[in-house]
Amino acid sequence: MTCQGGNEAHDPGGIVFRIVHKRQLSDVVFEMGVEAPRVARKVRAGQFLILRVDRDGERIPLTFSDWSAEEGWVRFIFMRVGKTTHALSHCEIGDELTDLVGPLGTPTHVGDLGRVAVVGGGVGAAVAYPVARAMLEAGDDVSVILGARTADLLVLEDEFRAIEPTRLVVTTDDGSAGVKALVTTPLKELCEAGEIDLAFAVGPAIMMKFCAATTKECGVPCIVSLNPIMVDGTGMCGACRVSVGGETRFGCVDGPDFDGHLVDFEELMSRQRVYVEEERLSDSEYSKECSCRL
Amino acid sequence: MSAVDDSGNVATPKPSAEKPRHKPSREPRTPMRERAAVERAADFDEVALGYTEELAVAEAARCLQCKNPTCIEGCPVQIDIKAFIGHIIDGEYREGVAVLKERNALPAVCGRVCPQEEQCEAVCVLARKAEPVAIGRLERWLGDYDLACELEHRCVPEVGEPTGFRCAIIGSGPAGLACAGELARLGHDVTIFESLHAPGGVLTYGIPEFRLPKAIVDSEIDMLVQMGVKIECDTVVGATLTLDEILNVEGFDSVFIGSGAGLPVFLGVPGENLNGVYSANEFLTRVNLMRAYEFPRADTPVWRGRRVAVIGGGNVAMDSARTALRLGADEVFLAYRRTEQEMPARREEVHHASEEGVQFKMLCSPVEILGRDGFVTGLVATRMELGEPDESGRRAPVCVMGSEFEIECDTVVVAVGTRANPLLMKAAPDLELTGRGYVAADEHGATSVPGVFAGGDIVTGAATVILAMGAGKRSARAMDGWLQNPDR
Ligand SMILES: Cc1cc2nc3c(=O)[nH]c(=O)nc-3n(C[C@H](O)[C@H](O)[C@H](O)COP(=O)(O)OP(=O)(O)OC[C@H]3O[C@@H](n4cnc5c(N)ncnc54)[C@H](O)[C@@H]3O)c2cc1C
Ligand SMILES: Cc1cc2nc3c(=O)[nH]c(=O)nc-3n(C[C@H](O)[C@H](O)[C@H](O)COP(=O)(O)OP(=O)(O)OC[C@H]3O[C@@H](n4cnc5c(N)ncnc54)[C@H](O)[C@@H]3O)c2cc1C
Ligand code: SF4
Ligand code: SF4
Ligand code: FES
Repeated sequence: MTCQGGNEAHDPGGIVFRIVHKRQLSDVVFEMGVEAPRVARKVRAGQFLILRVDRDGERIPLTFSDWSAEEGWVRFIFMRVGKTTHALSHCEIGDELTDLVGPLGTPTHVGDLGRVAVVGGGVGAAVAYPVARAMLEAGDDVSVILGARTADLLVLEDEFRAIEPTRLVVTTDDGSAGVKALVTTPLKELCEAGEIDLAFAVGPAIMMKFCAATTKECGVPCIVSLNPIMVDGTGMCGACRVSVGGETRFGCVDGPDFDGHLVDFEELMSRQRVYVEEERLSDSEYSKECSCRL
Repeated sequence: MSAVDDSGNVATPKPSAEKPRHKPSREPRTPMRERAAVERAADFDEVALGYTEELAVAEAARCLQCKNPTCIEGCPVQIDIKAFIGHIIDGEYREGVAVLKERNALPAVCGRVCPQEEQCEAVCVLARKAEPVAIGRLERWLGDYDLACELEHRCVPEVGEPTGFRCAIIGSGPAGLACAGELARLGHDVTIFESLHAPGGVLTYGIPEFRLPKAIVDSEIDMLVQMGVKIECDTVVGATLTLDEILNVEGFDSVFIGSGAGLPVFLGVPGENLNGVYSANEFLTRVNLMRAYEFPRADTPVWRGRRVAVIGGGNVAMDSARTALRLGADEVFLAYRRTEQEMPARREEVHHASEEGVQFKMLCSPVEILGRDGFVTGLVATRMELGEPDESGRRAPVCVMGSEFEIECDTVVVAVGTRANPLLMKAAPDLELTGRGYVAADEHGATSVPGVFAGGDIVTGAATVILAMGAGKRSARAMDGWLQNPDR
């Protein structure tokens, strides 16, 4: 199975989004690098891209995990959850993605934050990693809390260690790695001990909701990086709308970072589930297709 | 006979002296073939089938070939309507195409979507006493005639001697495409930057297949590519590149901004973020650009409602309502706060929509969207009545106190207008904007930044295809003047 190369009838002027790097981080988590020189020149931590694997493909957003302006590539880390990420995981070095557009979204604010706890849950670690790195580079003091359901889903631990945060706490729900706890346990300890001035949380909506609640109790501000369903990623459709402090905001241009204490997480979670039936159908059709081609 | 003269311009051939005098026919206006409402409302194929050669000739024969053809003033780009119809009368179709293309790069598109009844046809001499000549349908027929030819036989405007200047165009909607075509004719090297993965702007993501087949838009774009225009999709100006970088890093000499008015406006009523509430932009983009109607063959889903309420009264609302029917809805309501007379949509589209079964609910305005478990279950609307005329001269709708009623529905599509997307402008602080956030430009499209021009919906707010094309073309001429001016 390879990705279809080339583009729509009118290709983007000879720009080719060739895959130049691929690494499997766990059973279901992959890191991928793609040639995209113009995009690579612009990326800042906290921003995302939108890609399509092939001409019939959906546009899906993924956060930049790394990039090199000099060498002209960008990287992202994704978890295989449905049809598109499935197809993407089958793409190999040398294949071309049909489309890649970015950088989208407002970069994460860094540099004058003081002591920050960066919390990454599951594949949210992919978003947390470049953010933590940018904060450290900008002179902020960073503690990292890395959580996953189980050890197999824990990603980027070595990368986080390599950037030398003030502390690194690993949690798993089942205790198969690090402390057996939810990320909110160490977060609460740091808050109560007065060790942090700000939390930055990214992961499943439910995790961000609890991080926001935990920090709120202690009076610590909390930024969350939201992941609503998107189409264009440039502000033209409103699919990504989220309620923040009672106001409707567009996740793709006003975010993805918002004040966690003001986000309506129930609405976010409900909106993320709107196409579950369709997604299941799409993925099962795809699996059938895959197995008959193999 | 060639449609292109030595200097490379598409020219109107001189009428030969010995042509027999034209005797106008007195037949009533020739109807256009259409698919039956029940049949067409079940699929996404084109509704109107257009004229055959025979029908086109019959309709052209109705034209009086007036000494003072008033029709021309009604066309925003002043197509020489009398001349192109004259060529149909004489069987000189290629020449007719050449006349159209002198003023309008996309005749097959405009012949389909122009509000002719308010423009050229409204001021046709015949309209005073009887029905006007069906100018739009004739334009469509000639446009299709041209598209049906092999690319090398098509009327492709000749490209001028290379000038060495490089022009960048932001946005590939009608404004950008028209500007690109004109600049290429003038010999400039043109690149279009488009943020989506496919070019065409509203023609591609907004106006549905059943009204404007994408194959037509694609062939018109192919013609531009044939003329040497380069199109770079997946490039968001303001994110991937800034205006400043286009001029100072990428080395372009002049820029045209044709980025449209793509930001959806919502109602601001409770319940608007429930699942099943779409902006028309999202709904139409999912269906047209992402081809959700082919799901799961195409990957992008759309929520297929059984009872759909569309809010609004313009072309966008009509397109949304008719799209919802085609996705399999049992009932589609269209709620508009004034009456049918005030609806800004084209008459023909209102008529098509009602034939297909869209139910119009006039003089009502939504005040709340109801839901259960996160999904839409209904709409609370209030009755309106028309009061005193407002600034626009239309009678302003005012709500009737205590007249709330409920419409049961599982999908709501909000089609109450769009605004300028600030993304590009935020990254271009020198670019002057109007109070409403559009790009400020003079009648030639010149903006506050030297060498940067703008036109189409991004300057005027949501308008029409032909106005956007006219603006693109005017700006191209102004850009040419600016580039050729040694004192700049
Ligand atoms: C700003 C942003 C950044 C993201 N960054 C990452 C990342 O770095 N790594 C990562 O693994 N995932 C990331 N995601 C989530 C990722 O986009 C989804 O996992 C992906 O779209 C799933 O597509 P699928 O076809 O494989 O699965 P599907 O079966 O289609 O969907 C699975 C779930 O993913 C979500 N989803 C589906 N389609 C979209 C869409 N078009 N836009 C957004 N969410 C969608 C829905 O909640 C859905 O229930 C990010 C999302 C956003 C909005
Ligand atoms: C559903 C619908 C139906 C309509 N029906 C009719 C009709 O029947 N008749 C009629 O005359 N008019 C109709 N209109 C209006 C008409 O389509 C518009 O007035 C016209 O398309 C405006 O052209 P434009 O080139 O200015 O902008 P658009 O067509 O909006 O094109 C702008 C392009 O710029 C791109 N872009 C935006 N921002 C950026 C950026 N930062 N970087 C790069 N690219 C960017 C967009 O993706 C888009 O492709 C309709 C509109 C809609 C939405
Ligand atoms: S472009 Fe529109 S207004 Fe002009 S002649 Fe054609 S249909 Fe009429
Ligand atoms: S005004 Fe009407 S009848 Fe006269 S030339 Fe124009 S289209 Fe023909
Ligand atoms: S994804 Fe379309 S507006 Fe945000």
